[in-house]
Amino acid sequence: MSTVAALEKALRGERLDGREALELTQVPDLTILAAAAHRVRLRHNPDMVVTYIVGRNINYTNVCWVRCRFCAFYRTPGSAEGYVLSYEEILRKVREMVDAGGIEILLQGGLNPRLRIEWFEDLFRAIKRDYGRDGVILHALSPAELLYIARISRLSLLECLQRLRAAGLDSIPGGGAEVLTDKVRQAIAPLKTTADGWLECMRSAHRLGIPTTATMMFGSVDTWQDRIEHLLRLRELQDETGGFTAFIPWSFQPDGTDLGGQRAGAHEYLKTLAISRIVLDNIPHFQASWVTQGARVAQISLHYGADDFGSTMMEENVVSAAGCAFVLGIEEIERVIRAAGYVPCRRTTQYKRLQEVSGKV
Amino acid sequence: MVNPEILRRSIADSRLLPILDKVCAGERLSGEDGLLLLQTPDLTGVGTLASIVRQRLHGRRTYFVRNQHINYTNVCNKHCLFCYFARSPKDGGPEPYTLSADEVRRALERHGDGCVREVHIVGGVNPRLPYHYYLDLLATVRSARPRACIKAFTAVEIAQIAEAAGKSVSQTLAELKDAGLTAIPGGGAEVLSDRVHAELHPRKLTPDEWIAISREVAFAGLAQYATMLYGHIETDDERIEHLLRLRTLQDETGHFLAFTPLSFHPEGTYLEHLAGPTGQDDLRMIAVARLMLDNFPHIKTFWIMNTPPVSQIALSYGADDMDGTVEEYQITYEEGRFGDRRQHLTSEQLHRLIREAGYEPVERDGLYRAVSA
Repeated sequence: MSTVAALEKALRGERLDGREALELTQVPDLTILAAAAHRVRLRHNPDMVVTYIVGRNINYTNVCWVRCRFCAFYRTPGSAEGYVLSYEEILRKVREMVDAGGIEILLQGGLNPRLRIEWFEDLFRAIKRDYGRDGVILHALSPAELLYIARISRLSLLECLQRLRAAGLDSIPGGGAEVLTDKVRQAIAPLKTTADGWLECMRSAHRLGIPTTATMMFGSVDTWQDRIEHLLRLRELQDETGGFTAFIPWSFQPDGTDLGGQRAGAHEYLKTLAISRIVLDNIPHFQASWVTQGARVAQISLHYGADDFGSTMMEENVVSAAGCAFVLGIEEIERVIRAAGYVPCRRTTQYKRLQEVSGKV
Repeated sequence: MVNPEILRRSIADSRLLPILDKVCAGERLSGEDGLLLLQTPDLTGVGTLASIVRQRLHGRRTYFVRNQHINYTNVCNKHCLFCYFARSPKDGGPEPYTLSADEVRRALERHGDGCVREVHIVGGVNPRLPYHYYLDLLATVRSARPRACIKAFTAVEIAQIAEAAGKSVSQTLAELKDAGLTAIPGGGAEVLSDRVHAELHPRKLTPDEWIAISREVAFAGLAQYATMLYGHIETDDERIEHLLRLRTLQDETGHFLAFTPLSFHPEGTYLEHLAGPTGQDDLRMIAVARLMLDNFPHIKTFWIMNTPPVSQIALSYGADDMDGTVEEYQITYEEGRFGDRRQHLTSEQLHRLIREAGYEPVERDGLYRAVSA
């Protein structure tokens, strides 16, 4: 299989195997990869609409014992800089989001030994009690957190997921996937959930009917081979369950991390996004990562397979701890979407569009 | 180079296919082609077309220069509405300045070293400066940076210098050349349209005058750069008109080295109410310039305006030059005034940006001659 043959196959919209996907990484022409990625995007999202969600990011704790080497956000248990937000603080943040017209709470934190399932159940119930009628959606807890909460609460993962769902969990963010090969995880996050563990958690969630997203944090020690393996493992699970709503690739932000090193550039980001869109042909939505790439590159990524601008966030604490500080208001998000030739539209976590738009080309 | 079948298939807007045929045949594009390139939603296709030309001319080579900027005065009587930098002689404004020869020498020596290959000098049109000021400036730069090309004084400043000298433009250019001038920077052309000129910068050279001075520059045996400040009030037609006028002039003179689209930054100007271009516009202007200006050797992405990430991407949309390390640049915004926008890149950072995008960095001097390591 030559590079040209792989590219032709991609442009025809056929599924690529691992070897063909690797060939694709040899294509020197960024815009031609973009054209092939855009075709997959149009198959899933045929109109020229780019969605986004008004939501808020809340990091309920920064206490985490896992010490991932790519992370500048965590504080180990016992650190004077560790925090756990009180219910009052979290509810106040939810209120601010509701007042700003938002609907999605993205709740993530660390693996904090003091927080068992009851803490989350009570929190979720309180949020739904106070703001359920405002339509607030709980997009909460990545697989590493879920597996850990189950463990310290002496529950099976299934029981843990069922109880959290009963308490108000709507959807699960795909964070913490990093790159789903054990070689990469050993190097950057040796104490974190294995690749199999992450996938198994998502499989269980999908079986219970809880939708999830998936991410990939690339640009640390990973090779293209690792990235392709990541994509193929996600594709396989998606063929089985269909439970992933969206895929969000983003680049490792090195400042202040143990791992350090250089930040992948915009070219690497767009190339990775485009190849991901081509290979991962069965996940309907791809998010642009304006948080790590900024508005200009995020806008350009709308031609590289991304059909969604993610959340308005309102606050971000994790990658901004690693030297990455972009902020974007709703107006600016809509402006750059329009300037790229698309129609902006608000959505729910489940990608239900909240506005009538005409996205004709 | 990818095969023609793949190129055809990767272009989504079928209206671009006749342009693809012309580009592959090396034919000149028309003004109508240019308008379509500005207006098609298929930016990716436009980038692919521009890449064909870029690859034909330069392969994977990408140029950069170790350079320093000197903005010798911010006093200016032109009152252009898009300018953040200038201070009027009358308003006394906040911090008006004019650098003395000593200050210029110190500024040059504060950064950089003997590796600097280009000193880029532009300033306001300050009617109080005598002719010898400019000659002294060139002499100072020549002695402080003997290995560097001196790229100094836009056409607008040349007109002012000739007036201060009381000499013809051609005589003035000849004397400046003797004093060490190598090339004329491209700033000040803005948009070569009488309407835009009347609305935004009526006190500056008219488009016809700018072209007349550029002809003199060519006759004097000096090289020149060209630019276009876009993303304010100009229309698509005016953008194309600008490119066509440059192309016609270059057919006649052949003295232009490079074209740089300049992305307008409205913050702090009289046009602050405008939103300004997005990354999409920046890539499109690079690509359209590469396609329309078939007789310009180089298309430059000026990362100070386009940002380093967009400039890196611009290499895949027709740009073959990343400009340079840039020290002491003050025109678009002051350091730190709008967040942490960097005004300086090391040559290692430039190398990394170019290599990561799959291109081969070539260090050049002010005349695009490769600098051997």
